[in-house]
Amino acid sequence: MSIQLSTPVNRQAAEALSRSKGEPEWLTALRAEAAELAETLALPKVEKTRIDRWNLSAFGQYKAAQPVAQLTELPEDVQTLAANAEAGLLVQRGSGSVYAKLSDELKAKGVIFTDLETAAREHSNLVQPYLHTVVPNNEDKLTALHGALWNGGVFVYVPKNVEVEIPLQAVLFNDDADAAFAPHILIVADTHSRVTYVDNVVTTGAAASAAAVHHSIVEIVAKAGAQVNFASIHNMSGEVVDLSIRRATLDNDARVEWVIGDLNDGNTLSDTKSLLKGNGSTSDSKVISIGSNAQKMSLTTQAVHWGRSSDSQMITRAVMRDEATAIINGITKIEKGATKANGEQTEKVLMLSPKSRGDANPILLIDEDDVTAGHAASVGQVNPEQVYYLMSRGISKKDAERLIIYGFLAPVVSEVPIDAVREQLQRLLERKLEA
Amino acid sequence: MSTQFVINDLKASVEGKEILKGINLEIKGGEIHAIMGPNGTGKSTLASALMGHPKYEVTGGTALLDGEDILEMGVDERALAGMFLAMQYPSEITGVTNSDFLRSAINARRGEGNEISLIKFIRQMEGKMKDLEMNPEFAHRYLNEGFSGGEKKRNEILQMMLLDPKLVILDEIDSGLDIDALRIVSNGVNAMRSEDRGFLVITHYQRLLNYIKPDFVHVMMQGRIVKSGGPELAERLENEGYDWVKEELGIVDETVGQA
Repeated sequence: MSIQLSTPVNRQAAEALSRSKGEPEWLTALRAEAAELAETLALPKVEKTRIDRWNLSAFGQYKAAQPVAQLTELPEDVQTLAANAEAGLLVQRGSGSVYAKLSDELKAKGVIFTDLETAAREHSNLVQPYLHTVVPNNEDKLTALHGALWNGGVFVYVPKNVEVEIPLQAVLFNDDADAAFAPHILIVADTHSRVTYVDNVVTTGAAASAAAVHHSIVEIVAKAGAQVNFASIHNMSGEVVDLSIRRATLDNDARVEWVIGDLNDGNTLSDTKSLLKGNGSTSDSKVISIGSNAQKMSLTTQAVHWGRSSDSQMITRAVMRDEATAIINGITKIEKGATKANGEQTEKVLMLSPKSRGDANPILLIDEDDVTAGHAASVGQVNPEQVYYLMSRGISKKDAERLIIYGFLAPVVSEVPIDAVREQLQRLLERKLEA
Repeated sequence: MSTQFVINDLKASVEGKEILKGINLEIKGGEIHAIMGPNGTGKSTLASALMGHPKYEVTGGTALLDGEDILEMGVDERALAGMFLAMQYPSEITGVTNSDFLRSAINARRGEGNEISLIKFIRQMEGKMKDLEMNPEFAHRYLNEGFSGGEKKRNEILQMMLLDPKLVILDEIDSGLDIDALRIVSNGVNAMRSEDRGFLVITHYQRLLNYIKPDFVHVMMQGRIVKSGGPELAERLENEGYDWVKEELGIVDETVGQA
């Protein structure tokens, strides 16, 4: 076992930390068990990506975060991201939550929107039945480690039949290079409820130039007829390794929409999966990414169908510059009995430099006859015919390529649910593409 | 001074094979020149070489637009100088709406700090689209994506109308058009006739020339202009085909660069 694989936690340390934070006994027990698992389980096998060679040693230490009364006490770039959150806003700084707000109207309807540590203490009855059920701790070393170490986090609960019209927003940021930054996000949408959640994950200040690991897991439970829209934009610095596992489980007629912007400057493992258990359940995933410098990325979207007449749509589009590498996997699995299921996926990579690399791997695993499924994948460069066409109308080469690249990403960008977030995403794209 | 376009001994090759073997042509503002000829004689190569398609290498000659050699310019500079090519196979570009593209093209001409106002642009675009009987929704569709052959051709003419070029080349603008679309496209071209604009119309068929009346007709074979005349030449070609031209000039195989 190399140094990178050493485990930064053991049972005693996990228990001690959990107790010091006043967590309920059931959670302390879960953490202790996870810490033990982390010592024995292996890292996940990631297709064509050697994450064991990434710097996974800098998990950092838990550091209690100081709550702020006003957003103005936060770094300016964080304030910008937190602006215009009318319905609800959560801010995590390093290892803990520092700010929480939820409109009275939503509180009155029984909506819960708080950090997960607080939720575990105050709403055990709503957290305990779901936590780690969508992504079990014992899956591999990373999930176990996360189970032992997660901090701050987000908990969303939307009661039966409640529709949250305005998106709930979170800003998860780290500005302390030594602080462990491992948010766990749990969203429970009860029967026939509806909610949109959007977060921004960033590093700033001292944390933007030091080796670190951001280690997050997202679990979504969408009960019968519920709809969850989840959008997440990751923009962390080149020194930070981003390990982000996202998974949703869907009951009958539930729907989950994912919009993911993987716009980090560092190595990224991003895995977004829908478990379509219910009949008539549907999911839609859209992922965009821009790779630059020597960045390595593994971007996976997955859909597993058990439900009859379930439907999954997955799109990933990545632009690779410099010497960046992206391995893009799309996995559609249709289990026996999932009759009339439909799964479609597209992975496209646009390479802007001869040293960049992109692999698109569409995988269909189908154990039922009565289904439809489709995939399309392409890896290519900016089409010189298209550049010529635009230039023949007087547009400069630079602008022509720009139009084509943004056009390539447009099918995902245009789907981002909040105007302000879409504009912010656009700015990030510009920053990464024109740096 | 009205527009003047002079092609002098233009030679060009594709993948090392010489296709244009010395083209000479002079087009003045207000004139419409038609280039006719069978397949494979170099007509479209002429259009692409003049616009600067990366696949075509100019190996000799000049093409002076108002005294400036466009062959020395980049593709975008040629467009800014006043060249416009309505393409036979326009590219489809996902994610770029027709209106965003058109506005970028107009603004490239106007330069930084002098961008067209959005309202003025929309008014112009919608007006021209109406002239071309285009569905307004095409403004918001991705550039040429999913357009039928006829819709693509109308879109080319729309660009021509909005960009106000000095020298227009229409490359097989009539291919794939039904009679109604042909009439609409031709009306669009005819409306653009003016003293300071020259046209070079490339076509297989005389049919187009019933709608767009040329002042001069040239026949291309073996990468050269082998015969020139007035509109009556096009009519004779329509009635008698190309064999008499070949016979007269002693040409057996009229094509060029075919393996």
